[in-house]
Amino acid sequence: MSDATLDEIIVVNLADAFRGDGEILCNPIGTVPMCAGRLARATFEPDLVYTDSISTLPANDFPVGVPDAPKVVESYVPYRSIFDIVWSGRRHVVMGASQMDRFGNQNFAAIGDYRQPKAQLLGMRGAPGNLINHATSYWIPNHSTRVFVERVDVVSGPGYDRVAELGEGAGRFHEIRRVVTKLAVLDFETPDHTMRLRSVHPGVSVDDVVENTGFELTVPDDVATSRLPTDEELHILRTVIDPTDARKAEFG
Amino acid sequence: MTEDEVIAELADGMTVGIGGWGSRRKPMSLVRAIVRSDLKDLTIVSYGGPDIGILCATGKARKVVYGFVSLDSIPLEPHFRIARQNGTVEASELDEGAFYLGLLAAAHRVPFYPTRAGLGSDMLTYNPDLRTVTSPYDDGEELVAIPASKLDVALVHMNRADAGGNGQFLGPDLYFDDLFAMAADKTFMSCEKIVPTENLLDEGTFHTLRIPRIFVNGVVEAPRGAHFTECPPDYGRDEVFQAEYAATAKDPDAWAAFRSRYLEASSHDAYLAEVDAR
Repeated sequence: MSDATLDEIIVVNLADAFRGDGEILCNPIGTVPMCAGRLARATFEPDLVYTDSISTLPANDFPVGVPDAPKVVESYVPYRSIFDIVWSGRRHVVMGASQMDRFGNQNFAAIGDYRQPKAQLLGMRGAPGNLINHATSYWIPNHSTRVFVERVDVVSGPGYDRVAELGEGAGRFHEIRRVVTKLAVLDFETPDHTMRLRSVHPGVSVDDVVENTGFELTVPDDVATSRLPTDEELHILRTVIDPTDARKAEFG
Repeated sequence: MTEDEVIAELADGMTVGIGGWGSRRKPMSLVRAIVRSDLKDLTIVSYGGPDIGILCATGKARKVVYGFVSLDSIPLEPHFRIARQNGTVEASELDEGAFYLGLLAAAHRVPFYPTRAGLGSDMLTYNPDLRTVTSPYDDGEELVAIPASKLDVALVHMNRADAGGNGQFLGPDLYFDDLFAMAADKTFMSCEKIVPTENLLDEGTFHTLRIPRIFVNGVVEAPRGAHFTECPPDYGRDEVFQAEYAATAKDPDAWAAFRSRYLEASSHDAYLAEVDAR
């Protein structure tokens, strides 16, 4: 019986989003996503490169939350290079969202009318360019009907319906690989690219997910349980990737 | 030059580009000189941090063109949020990478650079400055035409410079300061220290000399000129001061006191004296 905790189960399920990516820039934003990306690189996706969030690519298993840890630099990527990599397509980003709809339209820009918002949030940031150029996944801890909504107030990162409207070919680099929340793993592997329940975390029921989602979710007849970390993954995560338990801060 | 001599070159209604990134290596002594001037109706073009927050909160900015506005360790710039939520500033928001293309287009004197960034997003819905363009080649693709961000003036802060305006960055990232300089009719550079040209390679290799003097019109020596933003390796961000700045967004009295004590200090030296007297 694994002694993995919810944060660790989430990390490995988010790490799985990078499976098969090969030699690209793994660019997760936030502590839990960074743990996931670095764990993927340390285990099943060794060709990935990742940033130190400043301007270099560490070649060693550089821990999160320990900025002074020894670093083997394998390349220099100031922000200008990051944008060039975005446009080259050789990147997979993990972002957050304050709202998301069933086609994966993401909003972290503003709540209310964009022109004079009720709440100015992060703004568009790099979401428009990320979504249309390369694979994107999301870590959205708060799985609720306030977040997963019928219609987002502002589209920062476009979802599948918006991209389909652009016409044939325009969205050929667009892919929303996975959405991971505190309840479940979701994807868009349906005929019309609407959101599907891929797995529920241990102890979570399908009904819990449906009740906390503000739109109609595709639910397969058999919903898997999110996989548990292997012993090797747990060991590497706890001792190498995140020795100070920085990932647990998002879990109260 | 002094900060006030630089700001005397500016005029109402100008478009002013500000280098740096978020709360990193911002020419804050020049920003404060704008605050204590009579300038108004400025358009500010920036990867925004407290420069945008301060120029919004003091009413100097009529319009802001930005890739984001953040204090880094405090993700949302609170004074900018208030300006957006009260509708007191006109916003022209660009995807972070697209913002770079606007500077590049201005630097190269072409009207736009095309990109996919923005297709399908509300960036195009809400930014009235943006149009699309169709590829003239066989692919016929429709792309976003990011317009040239032409600047009347650019303000940047470097670690070192010589008196002629050759600028040197010693930190991890130049950001886009070279493009700000090239996109502007006039560029003014503040720096931590002016050094003789023959000493420019004392602290960094020639790879760090990324802004040649042909793009620079004047240099200001401003030690700790980026405070409270970071300017490594000379100093890190003053997180305590930044938190104090951010907190003033919730309290008009605290904001008035902060503005009067720090932002309207009569010179950069007077500002540093107030900072050190805390």
